[in-house]
Amino acid sequence: MSADATHAHGAPDHGPAHTEGGHGSVKAYVTGFVLSVILTVIPFWLVMGNTLDNSLVTTLVVLVLGGVQMVVHLVYFLHMNTKSEGGWTFMAMIFTVTLVAILLSGSVWVMYHMNRNMMPAAHHELLQKMR
Amino acid sequence: MMHTDTAPPGTAAPVFFATDEEGHHSEGSTMLGFWLYLMSDCLIFATLFATYGVLGRNYAAGPSQKDLFDLTGIAVNTAMLLFSSITYGFAMLEMDKDNQRRTQLWLAVTGLFGVAFVALEIREFVHLFHEGAPPWRSAFLSSFYTLVSTHGLHVSFGILWLVTLMIQVQKYGLVAANKRRLMCLSMFWHFLDLIWIGVFTVVYLIGVLE
Amino acid sequence: MFDNVNLQQLIFGRFTLDQIPYHEPILIGTFAGVAVVGLAVLATITYFRFWGPLWRDWVTSIDHKKIGIMYCIFALIMLLRGFADALMMRAQQSVAFGDQQGFLPPHHYDQIFTAHGMIMIFFVAMPFVTGLMNFAVPLQIGARDVAFPFLNNFSFWMTVSGGMLVMVSLFVGEFSRATWLAYPPLSGAAMSPGVGVDYYIWALQIAGVGTTLSGINLIATIVKMRAPGLTMMKLPIFVWSSLCTNILIVAAFPILTAVLVLLSLDRYLGMHFFTNDLGGNSMLYFNLIWIWGHPEVYILILPAFGVFSEITSTFCGKRLFGYTSMVYALVVITILAYLVWLHHFFTMGSGADVNSFFGITTMIISIPTGAKIFNWMFTMYRGRIRFEVPMMWVVAFIVTFVIGGMTGVLLAVPPADFVLHNSLFLIAHFHNVIIGGVLFGMFAGVTFWFPKAFGFKLDEFWGKMSLGFWVTGFYVAFMPLYVLGLMGVTRRMQHFDDPSLQPWFMVAAFGAVLIACGIGSQIMMFVVSIRRREELRDLTGDPWGGRTLEWSTSSPPPDYNFAFTPVVHDSDAWWDMKARGFSRPTGGYRPIHMPKNTAAGAILAALSFICGFAMVWYIWWLAALSFVALIVTAIVHTFNYDREYYIPAETVSREEAKRMRELELA
Repeated sequence: MSADATHAHGAPDHGPAHTEGGHGSVKAYVTGFVLSVILTVIPFWLVMGNTLDNSLVTTLVVLVLGGVQMVVHLVYFLHMNTKSEGGWTFMAMIFTVTLVAILLSGSVWVMYHMNRNMMPAAHHELLQKMR
Repeated sequence: MMHTDTAPPGTAAPVFFATDEEGHHSEGSTMLGFWLYLMSDCLIFATLFATYGVLGRNYAAGPSQKDLFDLTGIAVNTAMLLFSSITYGFAMLEMDKDNQRRTQLWLAVTGLFGVAFVALEIREFVHLFHEGAPPWRSAFLSSFYTLVSTHGLHVSFGILWLVTLMIQVQKYGLVAANKRRLMCLSMFWHFLDLIWIGVFTVVYLIGVLE
Repeated sequence: MFDNVNLQQLIFGRFTLDQIPYHEPILIGTFAGVAVVGLAVLATITYFRFWGPLWRDWVTSIDHKKIGIMYCIFALIMLLRGFADALMMRAQQSVAFGDQQGFLPPHHYDQIFTAHGMIMIFFVAMPFVTGLMNFAVPLQIGARDVAFPFLNNFSFWMTVSGGMLVMVSLFVGEFSRATWLAYPPLSGAAMSPGVGVDYYIWALQIAGVGTTLSGINLIATIVKMRAPGLTMMKLPIFVWSSLCTNILIVAAFPILTAVLVLLSLDRYLGMHFFTNDLGGNSMLYFNLIWIWGHPEVYILILPAFGVFSEITSTFCGKRLFGYTSMVYALVVITILAYLVWLHHFFTMGSGADVNSFFGITTMIISIPTGAKIFNWMFTMYRGRIRFEVPMMWVVAFIVTFVIGGMTGVLLAVPPADFVLHNSLFLIAHFHNVIIGGVLFGMFAGVTFWFPKAFGFKLDEFWGKMSLGFWVTGFYVAFMPLYVLGLMGVTRRMQHFDDPSLQPWFMVAAFGAVLIACGIGSQIMMFVVSIRRREELRDLTGDPWGGRTLEWSTSSPPPDYNFAFTPVVHDSDAWWDMKARGFSRPTGGYRPIHMPKNTAAGAILAALSFICGFAMVWYIWWLAALSFVALIVTAIVHTFNYDREYYIPAETVSREEAKRMRELELA
């Protein structure tokens, strides 16, 4: 019989409460924080100050930095690693990211074509071009 | 463990029953289960991002991002959320050290940052309404409000969860079940900050460009 | 008087007494029938004093076996409703030509085809596959239950709650007329201002919560709760197909949830996602919903594939041929499922580039399925085939599904699809694969696992009768539709001008009658089997000579499934145990840790039903109240830390001793 009955039937001693990586350290959180601040300030500065004077380049830089900051969050705050849960959390994330990429790029691609071929303004422009 | 693996037939009889082991506990699945839920939530947000991506420039001769967004305010909001992420991290470190009082303290600070975030967001929406930019004005506005407030609602729900957990920790202490729940909320909270990176990048920053 | 009107709207929303269809004879008749049957059921339960056990052992049960059985029972009941819709459609379409308008005006007919599709997919097929997976997977991996037993109970009741919302729409208000996918702008506020589409939306949102959580549950179960020694590549193929199915569920249903939210926002708050004005774009709805919709059909079919794999290897006395390629095929299908969605709207106008891409991916996705068909046939080759009823369903499936698959590949060619899109050819195709694949798989699975669940086999004669009627009925009902589709006949028509089409429709209607006989035979099968259960009793727990771990338990298994967790050394673990002469432990039983039953799931689902109903009818105070009650109940439930108990060792001892006695008698 187990004495577990007295406290909430939590983990007996498999220790599932602690993933293999533990929860990082002050240093890890502060590093993540500082990196995030940098990766946030730069995009805001680029856009608010119109620093690069080129929308397309600014968009790309901002997107890339955003993506990097997402990775920073994953590693330093969410303790993402390839070992936890036998690799299943990592694989789940990769699968999800892949689907998100398909969903976003697929939707934009499909809808761009749909809009160009099928929306009323598009027809109007086509007629204009044909004149 | 008593069992032998792949003993060739004919040698010592293989063990077919684990007679000396307690077996698996479902608690061991909570972290993975919650992570999978977060992945599903990711897809909800992805759908809303895709919608914003397609409809985000359909102004219907109404106001656009450039007309409406106050990037300084958004920077403040971002700071609130980022601070709340690190304070939650500190709460988890105190939890690991079984220091209930400090855990509660950092949780409370996190909650306050969260409340500040939501309050600022509501203030922004009220302001936009006054500017003649309610969600039913155009497809751009519909998709903007929906994406941002879905995130905001998640944060609000997280705050409710946080308060509930603080009560439960106060009542029962840092028992294993509560630690598990705090870790789930931790994942939830950081995940929301991650989504916010997407929001401020795509909606606000890129939105005001071009 | 002005005050009165406002007060009534405040309390009752847009519900008024004339929303109850007093003047529709078919509905009144249906209601009478439902009332009679319902009262009879209530009376029977009362007579047998079954309310207590019903609540204790079933409603509040967190046992995956009971929940699985309840899912299947729910699916079968909803099949009757969905099939009634089908009979009405076939009847209408067999008489409504030229001057004859038939007996179903368009207003009614449109609700019927909407309800038919929606119910069959969401409240028949999905609960059916979920039920089988719930029942079999924990047993097959040597576990005592799923990873989150309470969540499992909650998921089931949410599904029922959604189903009830649809059923209520029969008698209170009306159902959606906007097709099973509620395409805008038809489903938008401007063109469908009534309650129908709202019933549809809330039913799906409620059931969707259940489904998504169930998906998370089963993935965690399969990943975390396998018996020692059970590596991934030793898993029974049904478990692999369940894993892939649930990955699809978790990765697809959120999209449906989000899209329905957007539609609701359009309808309730006047937003402009899918409207024709102020920037909305209804084509976006098609795009997003089919990104969900295509994985959905794989969610339906993969468990059926799993069932067929288990049955084929069992009844051919052989290890499944090409296990590794089967696994790869499942995984490839899971990934490719997200790359084909546009083939559902080739004709919407995305152009040749986009259409070609998706046409090619659609053709590619048929390949792994083809590999699986070959593997089943190679398993049969040189096997010692026993043509019992489950195996007969497999053969029927192989032939029927291959035909349906081929017509699918035909439709995958965009120019062909331009001719056949939304024709009866399409209808025939998807019924071909859903009936021939999913339904036959579910029927096979029920026949296969029924003895495990209840301790006695199903009557063989009526099993064969139902199979005979279903298979012939399917062909007679749907082959004419292929012909009609090629002739250019459109789907969802309440009336036709061309009388030369009628003979085909009459043949199809006869096919529907045959299927009705099939369903009748199934009812007979259950009734007769229950009455003859002592003759059909199986005491061994292994009536088919099974290969996987569920057959090592008694029938039905004890609450705890396994007194001792099995240790696995090879795939087809039970077969391996039998071959190597295992010996069952007869003592040393330990107390077993089990989750407690709970009422919270049913209560939360009931509150969800009320909230959904209130949202449909714009009864805002009730919606807010029930929503708050939901949150409060959920929070209160989390304050209950006392969710588990121990089954004492003596109880286990007694159960196992009883098992030993049965084995000796067998």
